Amino acid sequence: MIRRPLRPLARVLWARDKGLDPDAEEAARRARALNRQRVEERRRAEWRLMLLGVTFVFAFGAVAGQMALLAATEPAEPRIARAAVPLTTTRADIVDRNGLVLATNLVTSSLYAEIPHLVDARAAADGLAGIFPELDAERVYRQMTDGRSFMWLRRAISPEQRQAVHDLGEPGLRFGTRQMRLYPNGARAAHILGGVSFGAQDVHTTEIVGRAGIERALDARLRDPARAGEALRLSIDLRVQNALRDVLADAMERFTAAGATGVLMRADTGEVVALVSLPDFDPNDRPGPVDEGARSPRFNQAAQGTYELGSTYKLFTAAMALERQVAGPETMIDTRGPMRWGRFLIRDFRDYGPELSLTDVIVKSSNIGTAHLALTMGAEAQQAFLGELGLLAPTGIELSEAAGGVPLTPANWSEISTITISYGHGITATPLHLAASYASILNGGLRVTPTLLAGATPPGEEARVVSPETSRQLRSMLRQVVTRGTASFADVPGYEVGGKTGTADKPRAAGGGYYDDRVIATFAGIFPASDPDYVLVVTLDEPTDRSGREPRRTAGWTAVPAAAEAIRRVAPLLGMRPNPVRAATRQISGVEIRGE
Amino acid sequence: MRVLAPIAALLLVLGFAVWAYGVNYDAKDALDRVERLERQIAAEREAIGMLEAEWAYLNRPDRLAALVAAHPELGLMPLVPEHFAEIDVVAYPPPVPVAAAGFAAIAGSGEAPAPLTLRTEEAE
Repeated sequence: MIRRPLRPLARVLWARDKGLDPDAEEAARRARALNRQRVEERRRAEWRLMLLGVTFVFAFGAVAGQMALLAATEPAEPRIARAAVPLTTTRADIVDRNGLVLATNLVTSSLYAEIPHLVDARAAADGLAGIFPELDAERVYRQMTDGRSFMWLRRAISPEQRQAVHDLGEPGLRFGTRQMRLYPNGARAAHILGGVSFGAQDVHTTEIVGRAGIERALDARLRDPARAGEALRLSIDLRVQNALRDVLADAMERFTAAGATGVLMRADTGEVVALVSLPDFDPNDRPGPVDEGARSPRFNQAAQGTYELGSTYKLFTAAMALERQVAGPETMIDTRGPMRWGRFLIRDFRDYGPELSLTDVIVKSSNIGTAHLALTMGAEAQQAFLGELGLLAPTGIELSEAAGGVPLTPANWSEISTITISYGHGITATPLHLAASYASILNGGLRVTPTLLAGATPPGEEARVVSPETSRQLRSMLRQVVTRGTASFADVPGYEVGGKTGTADKPRAAGGGYYDDRVIATFAGIFPASDPDYVLVVTLDEPTDRSGREPRRTAGWTAVPAAAEAIRRVAPLLGMRPNPVRAATRQISGVEIRGE
Repeated sequence: MRVLAPIAALLLVLGFAVWAYGVNYDAKDALDRVERLERQIAAEREAIGMLEAEWAYLNRPDRLAALVAAHPELGLMPLVPEHFAEIDVVAYPPPVPVAAAGFAAIAGSGEAPAPLTLRTEEAE
C-alpha cells in the first residue's frame, strides 16, 4: 500500500523550484517505489523458492543417504514376520564319552479330536481302535459323543500311525507337533539316564521334564535353550556299559541272584565309565511303581541302595593303621579267636592262628585282626577317616536318586560300633561309595568324587587322604589277596588284578537279625594293581553258587568270578592290552636268524 | 525447450517411480524366498535329527548282537584278552633251501646264479 503523503514531498518541492513537471516527478517517484517493491518481492520469492528447494534437496538427500548406507552395510536377515516354524530340539542330546547317542529328541505328532468338526464319530472310533490296539472303540465313541469339544487321543504317535490316521479321512482328527525323548539303546544305560515324562502341554508343543537319573538331576542344563544344540557328554562308555551289563546279567542268572550291581570307575578322576544295576527297565517305557515288598526295577542299587558291604571295609582300617604308623604291612596282629568284647563274640570265618601280619589280615580277611586295629586307633579317628573318604554322606554324583543313598551310621559310635565297622558291619554304604573311596586311597591317595560327566580333572594335593607310600602298600596287599587270598578267581592273566572280597549277611527287613542263607557278595577290584587305571565294584544280591556239592555263597565264589569275567570283557574295550606272560621258549622256527 | 523440460522431468519421475517400486517388489520377493528357505532348513534339520535317531537305534547293542549271532560266517565275537598277541608270536619265514636258487638258474632266468648261502625271503 502506498502511503499517500499529506504534504508534498521534498522532491516535488524541489521540482517546483526547478520548474519541472511535478506530476512526472510524482510518477517517477511512484515508479521507483514500485520498482523497489518489486525487487523486494522478487527477492523474497527467490528466498522462499531457495528455502523450498533446499528442503527438498535435504529430503531427497536423506533418502539417498539412507539408501547408500543400506547398500554399504552388511546384509542382516530382515525379520518382518517370523513364520511359525517348529523348533527341532528343545532338549539337549545326551551322548557317551565317544559320542554315541544315549538320548535324543524325536519330532512326532500327537493326536487329538475336535469334536465339532467330526463328521462320523462311529467310523472314527472304530478306525482309531484298529490303529491303536490299546484304545477301546466303545469308550472312545462315548467320549466323543458326551458333549465335549476337545479330546486328547494319543500324546505321541509314530509316522506310520499318523499316516494311517490320515488315511481315515476324518477332518475332526487333528495332529499337533510333539517331541518325544528316545533312548535308542533301550535298557542299556537305564538307571543312568532315568527317563522323562511330559509336563505342561498344549496342541503345538509340550514340555519334556526329566523324572529320574541324570535327566532329572541336570534338567535345567538339558532344557536350556542356549545350550540345546550342545550335547551333554557323559563319562559313560556305551560299549563298556553294554559288556558289563551282559556279564552281570549272566552272573545273575548263573548264581540265581536277586540283583546285581556293577560300578566301573576311573581311579584318577572318579569318572564313572559304567554303572549297572540289575534288574533294570526300558527308559522308553518306564514301569510304574511295584507292590510293597517287591523289588522295583527302577531302584538304582548302585547309587541309591545302601548295604552293609562287609569285609571290603577292612581295607579302610588297614589304610588308617598304615597312615598313622600304628602298624606296617608286616606287623603281627593278634587274631586269637573268638574275641570277646563285653557280651559280644567276634569270630573269624576260620581259625587263622594266634597272630597274622597286617597283610595277611587283609589277605585272609580276619575280623579279629581288624577289630584289634580299630580299637587301638579309636572311634573318633575311625569316624574322621571314613568321613574324609566320603563314606558318611551321599555321593555327589549327578543322579537324582543319589541323594537318597545316605549311609546309615550308628547313632552312638561306641567301641562295639568301632569293632564292627572295622570289618564293615554296622554301617551301610552304596557300591558307588565303595568305588569312590577305594579309588581315593589306591590312586596315590587323592580323594576323587564320583561323576558322570566327561572331562573331570584329577584332584590336586589339597584332596590328599593317605600318603603315596600307604597307597602303594595297600595296592600290594590287594594284589596278594588275588594271588594267594580269598579272591583267587579274579586273577585275570595279564591284567594284574587286585581287590578285596566282602560277604555280608543280609539283614531281615523286619529287623529281626540276619538271614542265614542270604548274603550280599561284593568284590572291589583294581587293575592293574601296580598303578590302577580302573576300580571295579561288583555286588551280587543273594547269590548262590551251586557248582559244587554244597551251595556256596561267599564272594570268592560268586562276585569274584563275575568280576573276573567283567574285567576280561571290559579291559580290551578300554584299550588295555594284557601284559605278556613270558613263556619259557621263544623259538618258533628253530633258527634264530636275527639276534636281538 | 521450455515445453520439453517439464515433460522430460515428468518422464524422469515416472522412470524413477517404476524403478523404485520394482526394487520394492524385488525386496518382498527376496524376503518370501528367505522365509521359504528357512522353513525348508528347519524341515531338513528335523529330518537330520530323525535320521540320527534312527541310526542310533539301528546301531544299538541288542541289534548288533542279534546280527552277529545270526551271521556266524562273519566270525565276529566279543573282544577278549586272548585277541591281543605279541610280535614274538609271529613266525620268521623259513630259510629258502639252496636247490631253489639252482633251479632258478637252470630255468634260464638269464642272471648269474646267486652265491651258495642260506638266505631268507626278505634278503632277496
